[in-house]
Amino acid sequence: MKDLEMRQVYTQTIQGLAEKDQKILALEADLASSMGTSKLKEKLGDRYINVGIMEAQEMSAAAGLAVTGFIPFIHTFAPFATRRSFDQVFLSLGYAKNHAVIVGTDPGVTAEMNGGTHMPFEDIALMRVIPGNNIYEVSDPYQFKAILTYAHTAKGLFYIRTIRKQAKSLYNEKEDFSKGYCRLKKGTHGTIFASGIMVEEALQAADDLEEKGISVQVIDLFRIKPMNEEVVIEAAKLGPIITAENHNVIGGLGSAVAEIIAENHPTKMKRIGVKEQFGQVGKLDYLKEVYGLKANDISKAMIDLLK
Amino acid sequence: MDIQKFADQIRYYTMRELDHLGFGHFGGSLSIVETLAVLYGKVMNVSAEKRDDPDRDYFVLSKGHAGPALYATLFLKEYFDEAFLFSLNQNGTNLPSHPDRIKTPGVDMTTGSLGQGISAATGIAKGNQLLGKENYTFAVVGDGELNEGQCWEAFQFAAHQKLDHLIVLIDDNKKQLDGYTTDICDPFDFVEKMRAFGFNSWRVNGRDVSAIEAAIDQAKKGKGAPTAIVLDTVKGQGVPYFEELMDNHHIRPDEATKIAIKESIESLAKKIEVKQ
Repeated sequence: MKDLEMRQVYTQTIQGLAEKDQKILALEADLASSMGTSKLKEKLGDRYINVGIMEAQEMSAAAGLAVTGFIPFIHTFAPFATRRSFDQVFLSLGYAKNHAVIVGTDPGVTAEMNGGTHMPFEDIALMRVIPGNNIYEVSDPYQFKAILTYAHTAKGLFYIRTIRKQAKSLYNEKEDFSKGYCRLKKGTHGTIFASGIMVEEALQAADDLEEKGISVQVIDLFRIKPMNEEVVIEAAKLGPIITAENHNVIGGLGSAVAEIIAENHPTKMKRIGVKEQFGQVGKLDYLKEVYGLKANDISKAMIDLLK
Repeated sequence: MDIQKFADQIRYYTMRELDHLGFGHFGGSLSIVETLAVLYGKVMNVSAEKRDDPDRDYFVLSKGHAGPALYATLFLKEYFDEAFLFSLNQNGTNLPSHPDRIKTPGVDMTTGSLGQGISAATGIAKGNQLLGKENYTFAVVGDGELNEGQCWEAFQFAAHQKLDHLIVLIDDNKKQLDGYTTDICDPFDFVEKMRAFGFNSWRVNGRDVSAIEAAIDQAKKGKGAPTAIVLDTVKGQGVPYFEELMDNHHIRPDEATKIAIKESIESLAKKIEVKQ
């Protein structure tokens, strides 16, 4: 699976699940070409539904399909899955307690050339306020597959945020993702919590810090909700905390961690992420630089906290 | 079953339910009473015993604010008892003003945010089509609700997917919260619009239970396309005082209105031979 793009992981996983369970449907809103899901159309036949460019309909129709016992896997770009169709996701799916899995792609700066209009820095924040919603930001193909598979059998609403392109493999098929986090590096002075594309930056930052004699643990906190409180409180007891996310610092990973710390074990922390800014066009590396999402932004923040 | 009598019963309990609460969506509840009577009294294959039967018909009240009329119907169909009916909007109730599929027995879809119910109904109809079932999905949509763009997304989807077991009933009572639909955002001709969207469509008298029934029979003959029946109705239908009242969407009765409500309940009680 090492060289697979995340969109291939999506297609293969849904195909595999759908072959075993006739209740699985794949819903698309005219982005099959972007997501590479045309194979699902071939394999699933009638159980692949491309609704056209109508995300509100995609979400509410999915709710109706769930009422008749189907399990819809819904894909669209992250901004359309959340801010565009928020009321539909909130009411028809969340409030009406329907089981459905929404996959939002091209989060944050990874929207690159689509620019500010398509660049969601707020999707996790929106999804977090839906009661009972399960939210994941995946960083690795094995993890993505495991979470899609789990979401199939679990009940309720799922929002999974992922890039479409290739993600570096961090895990293997034996990895246990059930705790909602994975510790990728051990350390004694502090903690970096990261998700999605920021995990790689966090690991780089930890290596840089190690060269300076600072030992930090790196935790891929991929389950944003319900967040594993225990691992956050443990980290707070260890030392300072940095969160790193490809999202607005309001309402995302950093906010969730800060809330747990503030109520349980106050400690020093800093949130690396997008501040009071909208998106813009640019290549990934450039955008990471502009929004302060690089490894050195993380390591600098940690050094500041340890002063 | 005498459908007109069933309609009178639904109207009587809708009025009593809202009178008990003291305020609410009288106008838009009353305009769909005859339609509900035909659906639940004659056309739909539903019953309290058949709630979990996957072959039963489905009903979505997309204009969710007319919930009280649906609840009166479900009460008469014995989905719940009178105490449950009169718990409308009380603290901790399982009968909220807008339908909730989790809380209220007999409610197939949670609605109230206008436009979403019709989309969900297309999903239910699509699901049953995929399952190869012959059951029908009925959706009641408001004329004002059709301001919402999502409805037109749903109609495009329904026509494209050839959902010929979806029957949309448009409650054309000519008014929305702020006034006449033609003054707020002119809907033009619903029948023409629905036909342009790929539906079979025609207009019927929404006060006439046999006309509504005949229209649904006709709709079931249409193959390969969904049907939209435009119901010519009056907001406040069947209660002369409300029919005349301009602002009858959500009513908080003054003294004169309270008297009118009391009188209409009494006259409905006589009609259906209920002792007061």
